[in-house]
Amino acid sequence: MCLAVPGKIVNLLDDSDPALRRATVDFAGVRKEVSLAFTPEAAAGDYVLVHVGFALSVVDEAEAEKIFEYLREMQELEDAGESPP
Amino acid sequence: MNELSLSLSCPVPLPAGDRILLAHGGGGRLMHQLLEMVFLPAFANAPLEARHDGAVVTVNGVRLAFTTDSYVVRPLVFPGGNIGDLAVNGTVNDLAMCGARPLYLSAGFILEEGLAMETLRLVTASMRAAAERAGVALVTGDTKVVDQGKGDGIFINTAGIGLVECAGEIGPAAVRPGDAVLLSGDLGAHGVAVLSVREGLEFESPIVSDTAPLWEPVEAMLKAGIEIHCLRDLTRGGLASALNEIADVRRLAIRIEEAAVPVEEAVKGACEILGLDPLYVANEGRFVAFVPEAQAEAALAALGRRAVRIGTVLDDPSAVVILHSRIGGHRVLDLLSGEQLPRIC
Amino acid sequence: MKFIDEYRDREAAARLAQAIRRLVRRPWTIMEVCGGQTHTILKSGLEELLPPEITLVHGPGCPVCVTPVELIDKAVAIASEPSVVFCSFGDMLRVPGSTHSLFDAKAAGADVRIVYSPLDALKLARANPRREVVFFAVGFETTAPANAMAVWQAAREGLANFSVLVAHVLVPPAMAVILNSADCRVQAFLAPGHVCTVMGYEEYESLAARYRVPIVVTGFEPLDLLEGLRMAIAQLESGRAEVENQYSRSVRRQGNRAARQRIAEVFEVSSRRWRGIGEIPSSGLRLREPYRRFDAETRFALRALEAADSTDCIAGLVLQGLRRPPECPVFATRCTPERPLGAPMVSSEGACAAYYLYRHYERA
Repeated sequence: MCLAVPGKIVNLLDDSDPALRRATVDFAGVRKEVSLAFTPEAAAGDYVLVHVGFALSVVDEAEAEKIFEYLREMQELEDAGESPP
Repeated sequence: MNELSLSLSCPVPLPAGDRILLAHGGGGRLMHQLLEMVFLPAFANAPLEARHDGAVVTVNGVRLAFTTDSYVVRPLVFPGGNIGDLAVNGTVNDLAMCGARPLYLSAGFILEEGLAMETLRLVTASMRAAAERAGVALVTGDTKVVDQGKGDGIFINTAGIGLVECAGEIGPAAVRPGDAVLLSGDLGAHGVAVLSVREGLEFESPIVSDTAPLWEPVEAMLKAGIEIHCLRDLTRGGLASALNEIADVRRLAIRIEEAAVPVEEAVKGACEILGLDPLYVANEGRFVAFVPEAQAEAALAALGRRAVRIGTVLDDPSAVVILHSRIGGHRVLDLLSGEQLPRIC
Repeated sequence: MKFIDEYRDREAAARLAQAIRRLVRRPWTIMEVCGGQTHTILKSGLEELLPPEITLVHGPGCPVCVTPVELIDKAVAIASEPSVVFCSFGDMLRVPGSTHSLFDAKAAGADVRIVYSPLDALKLARANPRREVVFFAVGFETTAPANAMAVWQAAREGLANFSVLVAHVLVPPAMAVILNSADCRVQAFLAPGHVCTVMGYEEYESLAARYRVPIVVTGFEPLDLLEGLRMAIAQLESGRAEVENQYSRSVRRQGNRAARQRIAEVFEVSSRRWRGIGEIPSSGLRLREPYRRFDAETRFALRALEAADSTDCIAGLVLQGLRRPPECPVFATRCTPERPLGAPMVSSEGACAAYYLYRHYERA
């Protein structure tokens, strides 16, 4: 378990009651209304992970980049003729 | 409230095998079994044994293709079309897949009491437009009405006749090891378009059904002198089911490159949300073609820029369909037991 | 798609696989807990990229696999009531009960509907006041916040015709059972990234310490799994046994506070039977007293039911990684995807279904 898909918040709806706060989230052109009840910090333009109609987390873009930084470092070491750790 | 007593010794428990399930119509393994165990043994003859989309028969020296299909889609109207478009294009395409120029269709309607006349007019208008686009005439038909509750609004059966214009036999039997597997375009649009308006799963999307007639690209390949071995339009069960059927009948394995299979971004997005695999999602305007390796490039040129080569037939009797994944591993693409269901896990 | 496509990059996968190969000195057995992770591994053929020293065991992280037989029987019984609209995620429809699945019930005329979210079931309840709408609340901790919210909203609106059939299970107790088993071969775990997005990973620290096993909270894309494996293997090779977080773009140590709060308000921890494994204390969730009127088992007054798992099915042993499916006497003979005896054959990421698929294909 479990399928949670990253999508971009394009439009906030219903801001008054935090428990009922929703947003239109875009998944590569497909849009669905998603509950933001569990991501009160989410703002338009953020990417959220959505599971069964609820955003469970806001994607941390800096953390997301880390694996690619590591891979770039590995590549640089290899190119320099060194064996990466 | 009500007390439900679930007695495990309830009289006449229904073993799953004694009833028709929805899955029997899903284009997957159960439908396959139904054909093999009930229908084919009842009607055994050579054209049927070929297990192809349409039957090719010879009448007074002239080769004709003959096919039939029934349309039970719900909802009746979906983004990009309605049941009428499917009813015409589906049968036109089965004829095209035999290498036959589609000529005449019949249409049998089973209408549910209470159906809105406006819906029927819409469907009929679509059928006329689709027939014109496909170059066929709807020359005979039938109408029946069933009690309210006994039908999904409209069921349509269409049958079609076409003139075979290819020299050789087109069908699974003609497939050779080494043949190139070509795909006419991107996958999954129809299935996703229908789901996007289904209650409980709805979503907003730009995706419209890919329903379309397919004789033109087939004719283009024939005119370019392509020795077409096999054609199969992708319907229920998607690309994976079509490939499995051919592999199974011909007893040869097929290898497909995942990275080569085109899927539009929005279709991909919808499949990700619903947990669906685009390789198994229904299409209504796409087909695969098996052609000799040496003619693959020429065939792609004839088919146009959206067509791609996705794989190769292997010299291997295991008859499995193998997917070489995007990251370099392999996976067996099997027939599903029934229709693919959305998942959360 | 952003945050998906880049995690499926072939070159990057090859480089991570290379990093793993450079690390490995000894054989290791690693379990990925979540069914979604198993799905990716099977779909992408990820195991082929790994050195032969690494054995992956597919864990019990699939709600299909662990929902007990009697709960399916109850679902079928409720769905068969004429007044009921029974809503479920698609995953559950083919799971066999003692005699029937929900799919069978649908074929026999029951109003069974697939929904994407528990909120869709709420919508149906509002739109159909004269029908009883029941939602099959299955899943691990990932789905619990959504289900809790649905019940909370139903209570707030005073919806009289909505109830949930609860089958929630928790991951850490299941992992403890696996680790406690005398035959446990698992030396490290990839913990479920979306469960941990909700719950955080504090609970796993005591498991790692007590059993001296590395636990790496891992995502679901091929690069996530390769990276998670790399981190687990690095720990194994250097004798460490800690909790690490590979899925840091989504998981924080304390998880999602708002979600955990909502779960705690609506649910409480209870004992649960796991299909093929048996009863595990404190391993499930049930509705708390203030919400018990939304409990379908209570509303439909189903008598306590004992249903035996098929005696031929060794799902429990398979789910714990103690047997491989081909070692089961009925594998691919009496038990197939069309006529499954147990859940690992039904579920597309069930170990048995996976092995069945590959039975004719010898991977290089």
